[in-house]
Amino acid sequence: MPTIVVEVMPKAELLDPAGKAVAGALAKQGRSHFSNVRIGKRFELTVDEVTDAVLAEARELADDLLSNGVIEDVVTVKVAD
Amino acid sequence: MRIGVITFPGSLDDRDAQRAVRLAGGEAVALWHGSHDLDGVDAIVLPGGFSYGDYLRCGAIAAHSPIMSEVIDAANAGMPVLGICNGFQILVEAHLLPGGLIRNDHGDFICRDQTLRVENASTAWTSGFSKGQEITIPLKNGEGGFIADAETLARLEGEGQVAFRYVGTNPNGSLDDIAGLTNARGNVVGLMPHPEHAVEAGFGPDTPDAMRSGVDGLTFFTSVLQAQLARA
Repeated sequence: MPTIVVEVMPKAELLDPAGKAVAGALAKQGRSHFSNVRIGKRFELTVDEVTDAVLAEARELADDLLSNGVIEDVVTVKVAD
Repeated sequence: MRIGVITFPGSLDDRDAQRAVRLAGGEAVALWHGSHDLDGVDAIVLPGGFSYGDYLRCGAIAAHSPIMSEVIDAANAGMPVLGICNGFQILVEAHLLPGGLIRNDHGDFICRDQTLRVENASTAWTSGFSKGQEITIPLKNGEGGFIADAETLARLEGEGQVAFRYVGTNPNGSLDDIAGLTNARGNVVGLMPHPEHAVEAGFGPDTPDAMRSGVDGLTFFTSVLQAQLARA
């Protein structure tokens, strides 16, 4: 079954406390060359068939429900390989 | 006067909110998220908790509940609506209040008695306070950091829509120390701290007079009762 992938990230200018906690843990392991970590979300929407209409609906959903434009950006809406 | 308290899957403080309504002298009416019936109530409380386990975003799934279409219509028609903690997050996700609430900047859940300054005493839920009054009620959340873009923030500040501000330390990184908001009309109010946990002596925050004697939260509920009486 085809899958539409939607990826959402916290806005770049916002503090991401979860990502910061992971970056802190990496630094404690001596891996501070990974200087920054940001954590986002990936949604996999399974559909019977990918059509232009379904893709358009997925884009709409990504903006309206799957993300909150005040705090997040939709970075990807694509059909999975 | 009948005040509805909506229970969502994962609401925790719905019973506490009902108790607060009763202690203030109102009739508490239990409402259900899956219904489209507001049961003729005169005001609505969206209680605290973790609706839908905070999945997706805090309050996001609850904001799309069946009953929320009626709540949004009623709020736009002027009915008093109070959102506490998760209820505030639901109001924001339902676009009844602006901005967003994100994880506390220090990353920890926080639970403590919190002093607030009442910045707007002209709303349906704050008319019993005076502007500038300091009150103490419990705060308990992990995602209470208020954010908004610069333009929205300037408008909120300019138009007196900041209802409450944290006093002393900022517990979660909220912009401008914002603890709660009102809409322009003053009927919709949301805040992260919990007035319903400070309504009965013996069970509230400590005060200089006696342990656990704080009842500052009761004024939220008596305010809305009096506003409704005055209108009747």
